[in-house]
Amino acid sequence: MSDSLKLQYIISDEDFTRAGEASGDVKSKLKMMGVNPDVIRKVSIAMYEGEINMVIHANGGVIDVIITPKDITMILKDKGPGIKDVDLAMQAGYSTASENVRALGFGAGMGLPNMKKYSDEMNIETELGVGTTVTMKVNF
Amino acid sequence: MTVNELKKIPEFTLLNEGDMNKEITRPFCCDLLSVAMSKAPSGAAWVTIMGNTNALAVSSLTDCACIILAEGTSLDPNVVHKAQVQEITLFETELPIFEASLKVYELLQG
Repeated sequence: MSDSLKLQYIISDEDFTRAGEASGDVKSKLKMMGVNPDVIRKVSIAMYEGEINMVIHANGGVIDVIITPKDITMILKDKGPGIKDVDLAMQAGYSTASENVRALGFGAGMGLPNMKKYSDEMNIETELGVGTTVTMKVNF
Repeated sequence: MTVNELKKIPEFTLLNEGDMNKEITRPFCCDLLSVAMSKAPSGAAWVTIMGNTNALAVSSLTDCACIILAEGTSLDPNVVHKAQVQEITLFETELPIFEASLKVYELLQG
């Protein structure tokens, strides 16, 4: 017996044009569930930044989303290069994004800081050469 | 003031009609998508030069009222089509970002 909703999204490699579809889908589901608009905004921002990070840095990955009556948990798992220095990556303005990515309007070094700012709990597990898993929770 | 009112600005060309009855809260200028993502106010008339599909995603996730592409910026080929699918109102103008935002602001002030 569980009243949680589980969703899974496959984030494809280097496909910038599709980035945002997963977070857009979660946004519309939360809207239908009548979740507070401020909370929906937090979830949208945190998840979209995560989605973009997976495309930019990790050749895509998988996002698992668990929605309960109390909160939403987003687990973003990739098999990318891993984050060398998490503290540095968490600093606003620090970025390893390519020129190509910057030309699209990303790479301002705001991704992880935004994810932290807009989630109530965030945890990063990363191993060089293996991948990164970011877990974010937002309370309703 | 609704998005529909922006049709009164002669320098703006409407590229796609989304919800024209959406209320505009204020103009917002930003070209860095991550910054726009965290700072764009709900109901913003977002003035930018980023004519790509990611800007559409940011606009929709932050509940912008519309996007105004300023400086005669070039559009990625899919943008108008995607805006139609996502029902996002899109204007373009040759005006610089500041002047374009000022037009919106003046109209808002009545």
